[in-house]
Amino acid sequence: MLLFLEQLLNGLQFGVMLFLLAAGLTLIFGIMGLINLAHGSLYMVGAFVCATVVAYTGSFLLAVVAGAAAAGLAGLVIESTIMRRLYDRGHLDQVLATFGLILFFNEAVRMIWGPRPLNVDIPTWLSGSVELFPGGGYPVYRLAIIVIGLAIALAMWWLVQRTRLGMLIRAGAADREMVAALGVDTRVLFAGVFVLGAMLAGLGGALAGPIFTVGVGMGENILILTFVVIVVGGIGSIRGALVGALLVGVVDTLGRAYLPTLLRWVTDPASADGIGAGLASMLVYILMAAVLIWRPRGLLPAHGH
Amino acid sequence: MNNHKPFAAVLAALALAAAPVAGAEPVRIGMITTLSGGGSALGVDVRDGFMLAVGDDDTLGGVPVEVLIEDDARDTSRSREAAQRMIQREQVSIFTGTIWSNLALATVPRILAADGLFLSPNAGPAEFAGSDCHPGYFNVAWQNDNLHEAMGQYVNDEGYDNVYLVAPNYPAGRDALEGFKRYYQGDIAGELNTSLGQQDYASELATIRNADPEAVFFFLPGGMGVNFLRQYDQAGMRDSIPLYGPAFSFDEAILEAAGSAAEGAINGAQWSPDLDNAANREFVEAFQAKYDRRPSLYASQGYDTARLLASALAAVDGDISDMQALRAAVREADFESVRGDFRFNTNQHPIQDIHVRRVVPAEGGGHTNELVGMAFPEHRDAYVGDCAME
Repeated sequence: MLLFLEQLLNGLQFGVMLFLLAAGLTLIFGIMGLINLAHGSLYMVGAFVCATVVAYTGSFLLAVVAGAAAAGLAGLVIESTIMRRLYDRGHLDQVLATFGLILFFNEAVRMIWGPRPLNVDIPTWLSGSVELFPGGGYPVYRLAIIVIGLAIALAMWWLVQRTRLGMLIRAGAADREMVAALGVDTRVLFAGVFVLGAMLAGLGGALAGPIFTVGVGMGENILILTFVVIVVGGIGSIRGALVGALLVGVVDTLGRAYLPTLLRWVTDPASADGIGAGLASMLVYILMAAVLIWRPRGLLPAHGH
Repeated sequence: MNNHKPFAAVLAALALAAAPVAGAEPVRIGMITTLSGGGSALGVDVRDGFMLAVGDDDTLGGVPVEVLIEDDARDTSRSREAAQRMIQREQVSIFTGTIWSNLALATVPRILAADGLFLSPNAGPAEFAGSDCHPGYFNVAWQNDNLHEAMGQYVNDEGYDNVYLVAPNYPAGRDALEGFKRYYQGDIAGELNTSLGQQDYASELATIRNADPEAVFFFLPGGMGVNFLRQYDQAGMRDSIPLYGPAFSFDEAILEAAGSAAEGAINGAQWSPDLDNAANREFVEAFQAKYDRRPSLYASQGYDTARLLASALAAVDGDISDMQALRAAVREADFESVRGDFRFNTNQHPIQDIHVRRVVPAEGGGHTNELVGMAFPEHRDAYVGDCAME
């Protein structure tokens, strides 16, 4: 039972990480209709800048802020030079252009920081573990990620539901042309949303630094799962992104933890381990397929789509 | 049949034209390795180790050489095409550089079909050690299973009999666990097959801690290993459950990224920076002076590959027109390896000592490996029996 609770926390933590990426991706896709494969590159930029600032200043807080800011800046630059030209093009053009950006960012990062991965230590005030349940210590840093992730989710909810900007975002997700026709400067709105998404991705990358490898290509692995999240949650919806992210995080973690054991009931241990591992890595995609059959537009889609 | 005659004549003429006159044309060496994208740290190290031996005067064993370096970006078709191009356009017949087994399996047969010589500085798939062994293929590093086997033996020797195993769910991962189990006699507390490229191991770590094993053996190459090591440390398991793995999980790039999380881990390797022999001392010092970083296992393999080739080129006096003679000279392995004693088995894979190392803090910051013992003296791979060569 304790183990199950710990695994649930692990799933939650993985889920909020995914949410930080999915929130931006879903807004950009929902409002501008842009498939941004380079979203993972912004996550990578955040992680690398965070690692560098930690190395020079020793302050983790400053580094996380710098990582998010750098990703936002990179987002602003690619939005105003490249993405802006892609909003009215087809999805294939967007995929091609943003895939090119992935290659560009990977090589650029390799030229600046070199091919070897970087190391970010957990700051001392977040290291160690707390005894949430007797005999089961849980790393403080992972708890901190859960808290920060849920706080960001709350802030995003407030932004989208309670502010004027949020109203425009919701309206944009529902009907882009109508918002433009009503006299809203969509160029500014789109740029703002893109930068916001980029900053969240950069924040995710910065927070991931101490747990994951800060290396070239780190964004691609997590990007695939992020797309699964927004498809499961419903494109263009922040609530959907949160629900989808937590669902994918928990299902993936529990699947890895328990599928091999469950399969031992029906087959011998060796093949249970093999099949279980294979099945566990497919589980989130099976979840996605099931959700799409049941609700083709995702669990909590934005209105009007 | 007659139609083939002019073609054969043209080929023969070309071959004659391509045959270098000793001392006139430099010997061309094709180095196809991974220099960009994921895993490029390995290719860069192999290249730098090789080029250190080539030196600024571009010679190997006193013979002028020209090294053509090509990036395969860890892509099978790019690797194969680069080899094809070098064979046809540049008349290259000596190849090296390949890092990954899947790339070697796709590329090496082309080279061998063109009667070329291939010296593997890293990849050592079972096929080439056993049923598909070939007089033109030499492995200068190890057969893939060797370093895992060493850990199986050592964990046994240490008296552990309840070990947890972790490896990714792909061919090399399964081979690693097979290699470990070939020599390990005790109980297996559990086995986790993680997915390739997995970043988060929180779930696996909780499962392992719950199983309460005496030790953990893991093989997670590249970034996966860094993630695992750091999360293992963060979960507070480094002090309670000792970690064992192959040297691949503790190379210089990984140690740099993992920081103190890797400290104390035990790993099997055919080389260590503190191996006490003249060739190695010279290598470590020269590498550090030239590239301003610590040499890795891969760099030592690149260096040894170049020095092996140097010994063979010197023996045939730079004349590579007689491939038979060149292969025979390579087979002699008449060079000072940085590993100490080194010779080829009948399948042209190394017979060598496999050592045990521990990760320790290095002088001047960072971490490095130091020798703590030996797993196998004069180890041979398990596939030599399937090889028809004698």
